[in-house]
Amino acid sequence: MDKDIDVILKKFKPGRREELLPLLQEIQETNGHLSEEAIVKAGRFVGLSTTKIYGVATFYDQFRFIPSGKVCLKICNGTSCFMSGSGAVINRIREETGFEAGQTGRDGVFSYEITTCMGGCHHGPVLSVNGEYLTSVKPEQIPDLLKKLKFIIEND
Amino acid sequence: MLFTIQVNNRKIRAEKGETILSALNRNGIIIPTLCRMKDFTPTGACRICVVEVEGRENLVTACSQPVEEWMKIRTHSPRVITARKTIVELLLSNHPDDCLYCDKNLNCELQKLAEELNIRERRIRARKIKPRLDQSSHAIVRELSKCILCGRCVRVCEEVITTTSLDFINKGSKIHVGPSMDRDFNFSSCINCGQCVMVCPTGALHEKHNINEVQEYLNNPEFMKIIQYSPLVASGIAEELGIRYNREFERMLNSILRKIGFEKVFAAGAGTDICLYEIAEQLTEKVKEKHDKPLYISACPAWVKYAEQFMPDLIPELSTVKSPQQVTGILIKTVVAAETGIRPEKIFSVSATPCLAMKFEARRDGMMRKGISDVDTVMTVRELARLIRLYGVDVSNVAPEPFDEPLSGYSSSASLTEVSGGFAEAVGRLYLFMKTGKEADRQMFRKLRMSVSFREVTVNSGEEELKIAVADGLTGLEKLKREQAAGKNYDLIEVMTCPGGCVNGAGMPFSSARDEKKTRVKTIYLADDTDAINTPSKSPVLINIYEKMIKENKEISDRKIFHTHFEKRDVLL
Repeated sequence: MDKDIDVILKKFKPGRREELLPLLQEIQETNGHLSEEAIVKAGRFVGLSTTKIYGVATFYDQFRFIPSGKVCLKICNGTSCFMSGSGAVINRIREETGFEAGQTGRDGVFSYEITTCMGGCHHGPVLSVNGEYLTSVKPEQIPDLLKKLKFIIEND
Repeated sequence: MLFTIQVNNRKIRAEKGETILSALNRNGIIIPTLCRMKDFTPTGACRICVVEVEGRENLVTACSQPVEEWMKIRTHSPRVITARKTIVELLLSNHPDDCLYCDKNLNCELQKLAEELNIRERRIRARKIKPRLDQSSHAIVRELSKCILCGRCVRVCEEVITTTSLDFINKGSKIHVGPSMDRDFNFSSCINCGQCVMVCPTGALHEKHNINEVQEYLNNPEFMKIIQYSPLVASGIAEELGIRYNREFERMLNSILRKIGFEKVFAAGAGTDICLYEIAEQLTEKVKEKHDKPLYISACPAWVKYAEQFMPDLIPELSTVKSPQQVTGILIKTVVAAETGIRPEKIFSVSATPCLAMKFEARRDGMMRKGISDVDTVMTVRELARLIRLYGVDVSNVAPEPFDEPLSGYSSSASLTEVSGGFAEAVGRLYLFMKTGKEADRQMFRKLRMSVSFREVTVNSGEEELKIAVADGLTGLEKLKREQAAGKNYDLIEVMTCPGGCVNGAGMPFSSARDEKKTRVKTIYLADDTDAINTPSKSPVLINIYEKMIKENKEISDRKIFHTHFEKRDVLL
């Protein structure tokens, strides 16, 4: 992982504040999250203190600071999905997985996040599984879905 | 360019380019704010300073809006007052309301504003936030439930102190102020200077109290209670207690402290003299060996931590002499203990300082000898004033008393060290004195008393030159580095974290006006001109300690106890 960050940093010009977000985005895309090491290196590269980097990164929902699971679920909690009952779906996922949004399970299989609108308002609630969209999700579907996903991951 | 604007149906003069707020303030109209700080770029975060401008639909923030010629402003219209009141009510909606138990009680800007705006009931209720109390630092406590997110601490830490140890983390309802990776203070790059405490409008950031511990020991007959305080403390105490300060008050304070129950009262200035002497000796040695590397004065504990974190290459160049507080502390635990026949572990040694970082310094690695710490507890001026009030001493009716022997007096150089540039001047003067045997011409050091963030002076000492540089506040450090990169070599460098030196330290009273601080500096300079003893090596206290006490005490005759070591610190920068 050490190497990955250095490779990414080479693509940018050092000491330029405006490069910070694209840089963090690329690290996040490659590693799946921003580790402490990544923040320290990015800070040194751009010339800002890690406090500032962490402050900026936590402002945006897109950055994670712990590794995401092999399956990353994103549940839309925008106004429309909320009206169609995304709250019940979120509760069901919390019950089934046993951890909170933004966290990752101990086995590293699942992680889930609550996001704002993903643009599928008339098909709500929308659930994205590693970038693939499921529409009109009902809470009853969740246990089966998670079981299936876990089976696929474990036998892959 | 001056022009007229209309404010509350009256005409006032305003200058082009200034903000509405500064134009109003100059004309005697006070607008409350919670986030504005003088000499800082405005952020308009708190919105308290809103005013009504004719022709504008919305209220505008006076602190950030530049004044324009056509403006007709109303500063206290019903609409403005209602807006301000609502803002404060919203700020109070999730506030803990524990003013009675709060550190900033009676000094709190939010409390004052709520009182001014006549807020008498909780109209808006919101869920109280109960974040974890961060007590990990030796100097600063972070109580986020009281934070109103004005951002003053963030700005001071970034723009004045330059360590950038604090920033806003997260956003929306989860936003809070914290160090890197949302860790606690003790793991952060915080250097404990405490300037954030000084600007915090509420009690969200405050010093860590040691007052309970002091009280406990004061009532313990097994221990010998000893207090030392630095020359600046007396003026701070006078201010906190509402007494006009003159130099006689120092002797009154001695008697007050004895009334509280301290058995011995020592002048930390005596330690400063020794500290100056040791550094001057190091400087002499350095010049003799013709080192081209500078000697950095390490008396400011916040600067030392800064150097350990940000400039580890510089550690070998830091003077190994302990700070005045620690030197006095070690003398108390060795010389005084031997003289009075009390075992050092039965001495409870308190230090009163104008500094928050000293609280951290007393707990540093290397500030202990055989398991006995040099200084047991450090109190700020504010804490000591509180202790004096608690013990009900009538401060207007005390007889002046001298300090206790053997640390009973100090030279005027010692009080000079608490102004930025003063430490370097004192060391420089002592160095010249030790070399030539004559008191140095003070005019040579005049440049070190200017009020810019970086100052330098070259002093002639007969055949060779002594180059001195002073960084006033860590912003001066940038200039110093540039000069050094350009090839300039200095012999002696002083860095003080708080701009202006210890007079602006974070242990001093909150309420100090700027004029008050200027008077403090003037008093110190005046004392330097009028006092009989200017040079540490002429001080009878110092002569007694060096000639007699240290020589007689075999344990410390090598004077190693006055020195410490510094290490690179592994923190997130």
